[in-house]
Amino acid sequence: MSDFETVAATEDQSARRGVSGEPGTPDRVGVPQKPRSLAGDAWRELRRKPVFWISLVLVVLVAAMAAVPSLFTANDPRDCVLSRQHAGASGGAIFGYDFQGCDTYARAVYGARASLLVGALSALLTGIIALVVGMVAGYFGRWVDAVLSRVIDIVLGIPLLLAAIVLLKRVSTSSDTVRLFAVIFVLAVLGWTTAARVVRSSVITAKEQDYVAAARMLGAGNGRIMWRHILPNALAPAIVVLTIALGSFIAAEATLSFLGIGLKAPTISWGIEIDAGRVHMRESATPLVVPSAFLALTVLAFIMLGDAIRDAFDPKLR
Amino acid sequence: MFRFVLRRLLQMVLAFFGTTLIVYALMFAGQGDPIQALAGERPVTPAQRAYLTEKFHLDRTGIGGFFYRYLDYLKNLLQGDLGQSLTGRSIGDILAAAWPVTVKLAVIAMAVTILFGVTAGVLAGIRRASLFDNATLVLTLLVLGIPTIVLAPLAQYLLGVRWPIFPPTAGADPDLWALLLPGIVLGSLSLATALRLTRTSVAENLRADYVRTARSKGLVRRRIIGVHVLRNSLIPVITFLGVELGNLMSGAIITEGVFNIPGVGFNLFRGIRTEDGPLVVGIVSVLVVVYLVANLVVDVLYAVLDPRIRYE
Repeated sequence: MSDFETVAATEDQSARRGVSGEPGTPDRVGVPQKPRSLAGDAWRELRRKPVFWISLVLVVLVAAMAAVPSLFTANDPRDCVLSRQHAGASGGAIFGYDFQGCDTYARAVYGARASLLVGALSALLTGIIALVVGMVAGYFGRWVDAVLSRVIDIVLGIPLLLAAIVLLKRVSTSSDTVRLFAVIFVLAVLGWTTAARVVRSSVITAKEQDYVAAARMLGAGNGRIMWRHILPNALAPAIVVLTIALGSFIAAEATLSFLGIGLKAPTISWGIEIDAGRVHMRESATPLVVPSAFLALTVLAFIMLGDAIRDAFDPKLR
Repeated sequence: MFRFVLRRLLQMVLAFFGTTLIVYALMFAGQGDPIQALAGERPVTPAQRAYLTEKFHLDRTGIGGFFYRYLDYLKNLLQGDLGQSLTGRSIGDILAAAWPVTVKLAVIAMAVTILFGVTAGVLAGIRRASLFDNATLVLTLLVLGIPTIVLAPLAQYLLGVRWPIFPPTAGADPDLWALLLPGIVLGSLSLATALRLTRTSVAENLRADYVRTARSKGLVRRRIIGVHVLRNSLIPVITFLGVELGNLMSGAIITEGVFNIPGVGFNLFRGIRTEDGPLVVGIVSVLVVVYLVANLVVDVLYAVLDPRIRYE
């Protein structure tokens, strides 16, 4: 559905250009400043949205937490003393201690790193796969497109969680680093299809434009046209999809770790913390609530950010 | 129509072989000791080792041996013979006991989705940009953004432990009342998606030419919306609900695990936890098939409902 939206959005944009002349032509009487680009329009739209700023602040905060967790807490998340099991707040531990006597807040802060690392790297990998497949399918068309589109259909038909369970079972005894990269790899391999469809449809629209014909007349080869003329046009919609995907990858990582097939202790991950807190919720609910809130807010922030950017880039909604 | 169904069927067969091959290859190919890999970190008793070697024909080697075993696995899968779990129970029996529970749960979730999601979606679509519309948009964004692993334990804690309105866990033979809260949690995600889909679809159709024609004919608003708009807008919603039913059958792993509901997802959850490889692979294989068939049925249904799809 989203690729239809993108096509429609780009068509609107070209239609608008057709009515008011090419950008840069002086028939916009009464508009003294230079004509605004689509990105400029989007930025002006975004600046006025509180949702955009709230989610941006949250994203920056989580990113800082992942990069330098010691800025947010002075306590060591691995310093667990059983004698303070489920003890109340004291010292730096503003949310008290969990079942093992670890600082609940510190563990939630240190959990940001694994989540963000998995989310960002899988989104990056997804973006690379989606750009390559989408560009090749959209640009060359014909049988290449037919084959790649069928591949997309098939991958889209694989249920993510079930496939991840099978794929990750193989590395269940490997080291922490191997398991981390396995999770990233699995999420990217199963999650690139939506972005690839979006790229494909924007490439199809872009390659029909006059400037592509002009570039070809000037003797530019396929590689140069794809790299210099089509890629910049396909990038913006792809980045929006990837921002939302980043949020869902973080949720997926937490889910896999929750099930016990993603990351495992001693790696600190929100999914593992939630699972541990869930078991002892009758004694104390904070070890369940705190990582849950961290996870939910992070995922929401990325989804709202992507949503806001997409709305801003969609001229139909203005 | 016939060509469409045929093409779709061929696609499904491809997807079936593709996914089962992946499932199977990941189980065995390139492993040092496939039996140990199946059992994970648990020690394997000689009896289990002998059973698994015979069951999966591991005495044959090489590429030919792999495909021989793969075809054997497919044959067993198609005949409904899923083998035994590491605890010695027949996986077929486990699934037979679990299906009714999962179906009950999925039906509750679906009822919640249709009752609240589609109704609210139609209302929001009619009153676009109203307070109700904006409120539902924000609420659905929240539901879509909060992962099930947060929603399910929190609902269990708040409504089952803190304020004991619902039973916190379902237990061995759950009645409808015990399944209500898990059903709502499970259905909430599809509720939000269905609501958004209905809303967009209704709002789009309200601007269509045929609505203007109907209005200029002098039809009352209730008839325009109730007959003309709804019939056209609910086509994508029905498709979505069909896909979702397949998802709900297979995707209840978290919800069933958290609420202790002895359905298919719960058994998969337990299989993962106890490192029971044959159980996991058996259940996943069956669920993949269920998922593929549900998708096929929905696509064909879509083509029946909407003639435009067939001539793609």
